[in-house]
Amino acid sequence: MNRLRATAILRNSLVLITAFAFPTLLRAQQPTPKTDAPKAYALLHAKIFTLAGAPIENGTLIIRDGKIAAVGGQVDVPQDAQVINAEGLQVYPGMFDPVTQMGLREIGAVSSTVDSTETGNYNPDVVALTAVSPSSEHIPVTRVAGITEVLGVPASGGMDSFGPNGVIGGQASAIYLAGWTVDDMQLKRSVAMVVNWPEIQTKTFDFATFQRKEKPYTEAKQEYDKQVTELTDWIERARHYAQAMGHAGPADYERDLKLEALVPVVRGQLPLLIFADRSREIRNAIEFCDKQNLKMILAGGSEAYKLKDLLRSRSIPVILRPTLTLPLNEDDPYDRLLSQPAELSAAGVKFAFGSFDNSFARRLGQNAANAVAYGLPYDEALKAVTLYPAQIFGLADQVGTLESGKIANVIVTNGDPLEITSEVRYLFIRGQLTSLDNRQKRLFEKYSARPKP
Amino acid sequence: MKAARAGSAFLKAFAVIVALDFLIVLGALAANPPDAKAPAILLIQNATILTVTHGTIEHGSILIRDGKIAEVGQSISKPQGAEVIDANGQFVMPGIIDCHSHIAVDGSVNEGSVSVSSMVNIADVLNPDDIDIYRDLAGGVTVANVLHGSANSIGGQTVVIKLRWGAPASRLPFKDALPGIKFALGENPKRSNFSIRGQEKRYPATRMGVEETIRAAFSEARDYKSKWDDYNKRTSAGEKNLIPPRRDLRLDPLVEVLEGKRYVHAHCYREDEILMLLRVAKEFGFKVRTLQHVLEGYKVADEIAAAGAGASTFSDWWAYKVEAYDAIPYNAAIMTRRGVLVSINSDDAEEATHLNQEAAKSIRYGGLSREEALKMITINPAIQLGIDQRVGSIDVGKDADLVIYNHDPLSAYAVVQKTLIDGRVYFDRSRDIAERADREKEKKALTEKEKKAAAEKKAEDKKSEDKRQNEKKPDDRPKPPQSGQGSGADETDGVGSAADSDRGAL
Repeated sequence: MNRLRATAILRNSLVLITAFAFPTLLRAQQPTPKTDAPKAYALLHAKIFTLAGAPIENGTLIIRDGKIAAVGGQVDVPQDAQVINAEGLQVYPGMFDPVTQMGLREIGAVSSTVDSTETGNYNPDVVALTAVSPSSEHIPVTRVAGITEVLGVPASGGMDSFGPNGVIGGQASAIYLAGWTVDDMQLKRSVAMVVNWPEIQTKTFDFATFQRKEKPYTEAKQEYDKQVTELTDWIERARHYAQAMGHAGPADYERDLKLEALVPVVRGQLPLLIFADRSREIRNAIEFCDKQNLKMILAGGSEAYKLKDLLRSRSIPVILRPTLTLPLNEDDPYDRLLSQPAELSAAGVKFAFGSFDNSFARRLGQNAANAVAYGLPYDEALKAVTLYPAQIFGLADQVGTLESGKIANVIVTNGDPLEITSEVRYLFIRGQLTSLDNRQKRLFEKYSARPKP
Repeated sequence: MKAARAGSAFLKAFAVIVALDFLIVLGALAANPPDAKAPAILLIQNATILTVTHGTIEHGSILIRDGKIAEVGQSISKPQGAEVIDANGQFVMPGIIDCHSHIAVDGSVNEGSVSVSSMVNIADVLNPDDIDIYRDLAGGVTVANVLHGSANSIGGQTVVIKLRWGAPASRLPFKDALPGIKFALGENPKRSNFSIRGQEKRYPATRMGVEETIRAAFSEARDYKSKWDDYNKRTSAGEKNLIPPRRDLRLDPLVEVLEGKRYVHAHCYREDEILMLLRVAKEFGFKVRTLQHVLEGYKVADEIAAAGAGASTFSDWWAYKVEAYDAIPYNAAIMTRRGVLVSINSDDAEEATHLNQEAAKSIRYGGLSREEALKMITINPAIQLGIDQRVGSIDVGKDADLVIYNHDPLSAYAVVQKTLIDGRVYFDRSRDIAERADREKEKKALTEKEKKAAAEKKAEDKKSEDKRQNEKKPDDRPKPPQSGQGSGADETDGVGSAADSDRGAL
């Protein structure tokens, strides 16, 4: 019945552009948003996975002024909407990668293109958004994989990044993967304060010199204790600073930008995003946050399974590093990280998947799918790359599901978006139909057309 | 006189050994006795069989006798005494062949001190206890081309192994596989992204220098070879009392390259350096067997195809350095379409655990068919390594190196259930899971034992230390270590100062 109605609208619609049935023609659309872009879109005949209820067969999704205006089986199509016939296609919220260095690192080996980690151990005042390059080639490459928003996370390492990350790494920013300027890209400037939880490391490897270094446990432990003490000191100073700020009357304190940046943390307004993998460090981080009364999100979590009950009881969410990672220990089961999401899910721990990288961000769906292969319910995997990261970072009122009033970050695919062979056919960011062209596709087309020598 | 003649006969015999030594040694290493743990007859039933060379067989069976594939088809009756694997609803494909691996290597993969390190051999340092062998096996890999790193223009000698987890190092090499040698071009051999403190910059430092390093080495090797050819010719013509040329361990493997007895596996990225190597190979009359990584191979695919070189690349790695900035996930597809024999490799123990998924990416990026994607991790690398008569497809007569998945392997949802090499199950997921509780128990017991032993030792040490202390006069008491001299005895009182000074030095 809706199908008939929608078909009628399709026929009558003056703005129907058949070109949109052929994604190759989309290439003409250079970066987004276009100044003369339509204000409204209507996706018709799609199977719509809103993630806020059961999937809608033959559904309609209306986008207007950057937001989802309506979604459902029985929806009126506005006269001015550009209609896209999505028959045979599937519609999902765009994916959300919660740990990346997107826009902060272009070429790992070239330091002049790297802005992902500030020097020094305590940099609470630096903010990722400041250094996000809107022209990064990683952004359109990542989009093609169905990812519409990410967190740019300072001091979060990355596959091709070596060296120390410091302890307080700075503030993570939520960004849209499209925009003319960094302001266009801003979803939220500050969503978490990054902490790399210190590790007791007796063995280290210096990539600059290719030398292994070893030190006795007691020495490594002393270094660890020193860093934790310093971190505690920072938090306590920030608390005093917040008190001073809170006093009415003229300020009788010297302004300190670093402490000021930590004030939302001690006031419980900004969570700590704490990177820790081993259970000992995770446990210590949890105890620390308990004692200091701080909001914690765990990142990494290779051994989170060992503390699943603690994580659940404290409602600490986890951003899991890629499931496609070898186990930490030689004698761990070979599939330790692959089966962990299923175990955490069964234990009631909330988690999202992260790529922890930029050039590998496009493997986000693949990582989620691998967790399904090892026992995670499919719906949970899908939410762990859409709704859950949005919830964990307090952005679920804006992104993560397809619901009326939310920001229209939407993907239209020819199949399961987590599967390797599926393709994204249309992608909307802030309600704008966004180009699926990128540097890699252009090189593909250029050299596919090279005449035989 | 007599003594001299005897000496020369010895040297002559030695010369023959020189020419053959590597093959002989490898042959001895790889003389695999029949596997006691493999069933004599094994039947895999009810499977979807992806043969790679002749399509898909639904509800098919594979009969294995003495580690070889004896029959493949839809109606094979179970022979008397055959063990049976019921693979109902499952998929069987040939074992995955990883054409670029660094697993099973004891210690560093790079001999970085010189830019021509052809004298070193990775086969000498195989470590059969490397857990990554098992992990990759659990990802369906049965054969790996084990290579040195890329620190050298001409690197070390390489070896193809079968992932026979549990076997000693001597049984890892793939018998009859031609040995190889690693070359490397571009940023790594010119040491762009590394510097070792206190070490002078090493030649070559440019791509120009890399070319000249390779040309110089082969120029030497050619002269060396002609000396040997001349010597062998004259001795076989009956000339006596000739002094053989001095053996050069660095040049021997390069002579084998010139003679086509050793494959060149060349790490490369940029289009210009790819053409450079093909040009140098032509100049000296050798073949490049595989271009490894070859991330800009798509730009010169026609030239690679014309030179008959294979290409072994990543699925989608990019941007980790400048020479990887033009890397595209369509690389494998473009090269395949232009007639290059392409494989997808790992270069990484983790990546190797899902090469099936990595191959599937070329369906999405570049539109290869399912068959073409599968070939890139089976028969194509087998051809590149010269072992396609033995492995790489499910054909009668080939080694029974097989992987059984619970799902279509060109999907992210497929999990390896069993991996077989020579008809023996080396990985079995259900067995692995079943044994975990026991292994955990064993680990606990061992840890307890170690803790107990350590506690006893500590008590013992304390006793003897106390005894010594009591025997010493007061002014003989140990002093705290001097600053800058970490004593290493981290439980003594002096450790504080030692640790502080070490930290200062860091």
